[in-house]
Amino acid sequence: MPKTLFEKIWDNHTVKIVDDSNTVLYVDRHLIHEVTSPQAFSGIEKRGLKVFRPQQTIATADHNVPTLNQHLPIQEELSRLQVEALIKNCKNHNIELYGLGHKFQGIVHVIGPELGITQPGMTIVCGDSHTSTHGAFGAIAFGIGTSEVEMVFASQTIFQTKPKLMRINIDGKLNFGVLSKDIILYIISKISASGATSYAVEYSGSAIRNLSMEARMTICNMSIEMGARCGLIAPDEITFDYLKGREFAPKFDEWEKSITNWKKLFSDDDAKFDKEINIDASEIKSMITYGTNPGMGISINEIIPSDSAMNSSEKSSFNKALKYMGLQSGAPIKGLKIDFVFIGSCTNSRMEDLRLVANFVKGKKKAENVEVWIVPGSKQVEKQAIEEGIDKIFSDAGFQLRQPGCSACLGMNEDKIPAGKYCISTSNRNFEGRQGAGARTLLASPLTAAAAAITGYVTDVTELLN
Amino acid sequence: MQPVKIIQSTFVPLSVENIDTDQIIPARFLKATTKDGFGKNLFRDWRYENNDESKPNLNFVLNQSQFKGSILVAGKNFGCGSSREHAAWSILDFGFKAVVSSFFADIFKNNALNNGVLPITVTEDFLQKIFQQNNLSTLTINLEEQTISIDATLENEKFEINSYKKNCLLNGYDDIDFLLSLKNEIEIFESTHN
Repeated sequence: MPKTLFEKIWDNHTVKIVDDSNTVLYVDRHLIHEVTSPQAFSGIEKRGLKVFRPQQTIATADHNVPTLNQHLPIQEELSRLQVEALIKNCKNHNIELYGLGHKFQGIVHVIGPELGITQPGMTIVCGDSHTSTHGAFGAIAFGIGTSEVEMVFASQTIFQTKPKLMRINIDGKLNFGVLSKDIILYIISKISASGATSYAVEYSGSAIRNLSMEARMTICNMSIEMGARCGLIAPDEITFDYLKGREFAPKFDEWEKSITNWKKLFSDDDAKFDKEINIDASEIKSMITYGTNPGMGISINEIIPSDSAMNSSEKSSFNKALKYMGLQSGAPIKGLKIDFVFIGSCTNSRMEDLRLVANFVKGKKKAENVEVWIVPGSKQVEKQAIEEGIDKIFSDAGFQLRQPGCSACLGMNEDKIPAGKYCISTSNRNFEGRQGAGARTLLASPLTAAAAAITGYVTDVTELLN
Repeated sequence: MQPVKIIQSTFVPLSVENIDTDQIIPARFLKATTKDGFGKNLFRDWRYENNDESKPNLNFVLNQSQFKGSILVAGKNFGCGSSREHAAWSILDFGFKAVVSSFFADIFKNNALNNGVLPITVTEDFLQKIFQQNNLSTLTINLEEQTISIDATLENEKFEINSYKKNCLLNGYDDIDFLLSLKNEIEIFESTHN
């Protein structure tokens, strides 16, 4: 029987089918961080258990960490205690920790792929919704709650309901200046912030095939922003080239054997999806969000929509969002004055993102009214940026290159956007208060963010590109 | 986990769509290493003006004393966004035993079920009927029968719930005991899995 990519991996990890809607699924890799793991460690300890398969568990500290002066103790007491709890728990349970000061430290969804921990055909879970990122390698990867982290600690398995399957085909040539971030913001704007809830989404088509691994990760990362359980892209030569030689990628004979297996990971021609969506790549322009969920996006040259076609409850939520953002229906978004630019997060903080921004800003200066934070996704990205001299380009432009962490994506560590201020952000969520209480977030691609950093307002980057 | 069978209560109406878990509990309150005490920061930034606990926002339903009860009723796509289970913990700690909406995000739904908070999905029509009730009106959720009723009008609806999870909730079981009982099967699976 023909199978989808998702079904091939799912079936290969099914330990037990409990009933029609419940499967016990084996977990190949469990990634953990300081915020969603402490209660799970306490949970198994209360039951007198040890982590069942510690060698399949990898830890890092990312959400709470400062992005300046990482050599000093964490100033904020609760953050420090949470990071210390992770260190203690990893030690007690024999789990490898890439904590502050380690050369592999970084955002959990950046380091998994860059170390070759993430591989095609795997099941990967983490107590973080952006675990969907790892699906870019042709893996089933999804975010879980802390009770589920505890399940995986105890048994290396997880109780799951098989999601429905959706395929989004994007064919054709992308417009000049359009990045993968624009693709995913466009998709979410079309199908809404809940349009893929209870689905696993496979992205395919020529526009996806032509993307780098970094760009594919950006797309899979934001699958959760339309509610999807996970996002996947079938592995190909681009995937294999990316993985080859990475720290924990298979080596020698194992590599050859792995490639043979990975090449079987694609959706068969006649495989059935519950839903298919076709998108012409040439429709997609540079995108930006104007509201308080990632589905509230438009292309930069569009005006902010009106509530006229909405029902009453949609209307009130829509107007609540515009009020929070200080924006008006019918007004252009282009030209809106910006206070902060944040280039970072598990969505867009990889080497390719930093290079793209550096190429664009080389020889330019930031606008006086903006503060610009560039936060690399990992120590390895930071090191590479310095080796390539990108740090100089940023400092000449007046941008601040900080140290790795989740930073201003989530208003949990010291990096917060002040109330009422506008921030163009390459992160994944524009929820109320996400970047700090009262902060106003506009999600966009690294190029669109960089363009705003230079002009000081929302800008169509293609007008500045040669 | 406490067994759940029937919940009968007045409800707190929160007619906003796409309530994400950052609204339920903002990230800056996720720094605890235990599950306790999150209720005081439930909907923190909607409850207080300018992040100031001495200035409750009187337009927000949790600050309006006429609205009480152990059922929260909210607009569609409740619990979207971050996977933080702290959202379920804060709802439970505040005193809610069930959340009713016309649509739930997947991860929140699982987190709620794993903490004995019932996520009850109703039709959009039925949700709007609940919102039209006054503050003294009660709802009855019967887990065994999988029904939710508006007691004043006797209007009711069936709701769906995962059969395994239903059994766990009725008996107060959690998944880990079950998964631990499969240890042999898991080890056999591992021996052939590559």
